[in-house]
Amino acid sequence: MDLQALYQEIILDHYKSPHHAGLREPFDAEVHHVNPTCGDEVTLRVHVEGDLVSDISYDAEGCSISQASTSVLADLLIGKRIEDANGIHQKFVELMQGRGKIEPDEDVLEDGIAFAGAAKFPARVKCALLGWMAWKDATAQAVTSAEATR
Amino acid sequence: MTVETTALQGLLDVERIRADFPILARRLDGDRPLVYLDSANTSHKPQQVIDALSEHYAMHNANVARAVHQLGAEATAAFEESRDKVAAFIGAPSRDEVIFTKNASEALNLVANTLAWARGALEIGDGDEVVITEMEHHSNIVPWQLLTERKGATLRWFGLTDEGRLDLSNIDELINERTKVVSLTWVSNMLGTINPIAEIARRAHDVGALVVVDASQAVPQLPVDVAALGADLVAFTGHKLVGPTGIGVLWGRSEVLEALPPFLGGGEMIETVTMARSTYAQAPHKFEAGTPPIAQAVGLGAAIDYLSAIGMAKVAAHEQAITAYALTRLREVGGLTILGPAEAVDRGGAISFELEGVHPHDVSQILDSLGIAVRAGHHCAKPAHHRFGVQSSTRASFYLYTTPAEVDALIEGLDQTKRFFKVA
Repeated sequence: MDLQALYQEIILDHYKSPHHAGLREPFDAEVHHVNPTCGDEVTLRVHVEGDLVSDISYDAEGCSISQASTSVLADLLIGKRIEDANGIHQKFVELMQGRGKIEPDEDVLEDGIAFAGAAKFPARVKCALLGWMAWKDATAQAVTSAEATR
Repeated sequence: MTVETTALQGLLDVERIRADFPILARRLDGDRPLVYLDSANTSHKPQQVIDALSEHYAMHNANVARAVHQLGAEATAAFEESRDKVAAFIGAPSRDEVIFTKNASEALNLVANTLAWARGALEIGDGDEVVITEMEHHSNIVPWQLLTERKGATLRWFGLTDEGRLDLSNIDELINERTKVVSLTWVSNMLGTINPIAEIARRAHDVGALVVVDASQAVPQLPVDVAALGADLVAFTGHKLVGPTGIGVLWGRSEVLEALPPFLGGGEMIETVTMARSTYAQAPHKFEAGTPPIAQAVGLGAAIDYLSAIGMAKVAAHEQAITAYALTRLREVGGLTILGPAEAVDRGGAISFELEGVHPHDVSQILDSLGIAVRAGHHCAKPAHHRFGVQSSTRASFYLYTTPAEVDALIEGLDQTKRFFKVA
């Protein structure tokens, strides 16, 4: 078992000082996701402006992997066009569900490539995806409500 | 302080016992020996139990209570003999009070569901109350939430003291003339606390309430005499007492089982069936619809034989000695907080703890890399974690095959965990 592969320095750094943490206004959707097997929780807000993800804010409680991956998510997706953010989301999910066999693209995933090692630990894949699934859910809701009020 | 310098009183001959458990000799990835400290989750199985399962399927496989042929007779005899073994093991006054279920959850749900359908003295309705505790496993919370929601009754619960014991200061108010059921765990799967069942049962019976006990963590660790316990219904599971998965037990006093309606409908639970209506068999068969877990029951019988040959008083003494040793050693670990009683008094062998600055998943991941298996998470006891202001914890739990050296390995593993995450 390769602990260093799982706990890359990048992950421990994000865990110790998460980026964009805390819940902020304004936001268009807020979701609360939990990992029922371990109890990890995240409350995550998304603010969209036009076709841009203008802010992602969150309050998370959980292990180093789930905390760090939410921090990386915010770094990667804030300021992106929603369409591009969805593409990055898809790449990250593919990486995590690839059982460690996918070579990640650093140009797309940046710090997110540090989770390639976590993909080899089936019990931790859900940890890494917690914030990402919450973002997907919140963004879909934000887009739907934006369309409804248009 | 290690065992090399201080002999522990009450230990079993662990090396001899460990030789019976093939999995304990396994090497994990990287040729690491297994240090299994997750027995409250599920216990390992001795060769005797594995052989009983295997021999049943190899030599005696048949359905029970309906086949006239020799194999059917053998399977039925073995299945019913296991019922006798369970009855003797827990001190049941009658073998007919022992119902086989698939696990403790099903046993508890059997009680909560049949109570929802009961008429007469056991009927639960508007204004009635069911009392549980804040330290219950989810399987002794959710069925009662479902029951009280469905029947318009009120769910109430005992809180916990800071030490992790039941707060009985408001027992007179909690258990009152509206109380119909008091359901509680004997030994907490998270805090390790052993609850004063007899005292609470006496108070419950004073107001005419039924007493249900979740004994999932108690039956594996303690000598049990249900007749003396004071409970009306007791649930436990086979896989935590060196038996197979897929087999649980509900014991109930005959009068209570007689008053409860059937649970699942189907084969073997009937007396006679017409197209319009059916009449039902007596307990235990009334509650055992369909083909039961036959091989698993036989395996449970073998598990009980195994534990009985050692003696449950000795198993309990071993658990007590190992737990006391682990508590002492865990207190030496800086930044570690034990959730639950800190002394091995009225305490079972599950120890949950927090390690400052490291999440339980990360603790268990580092320990796993060293071959040490513990549980991380909420252990299906979210309310108890909430009570102590934590979301999750790491839990080490022990059994008759646990050695003091394995506790030492845990302590060393925790030190390594702290170094890895750079916490003091």
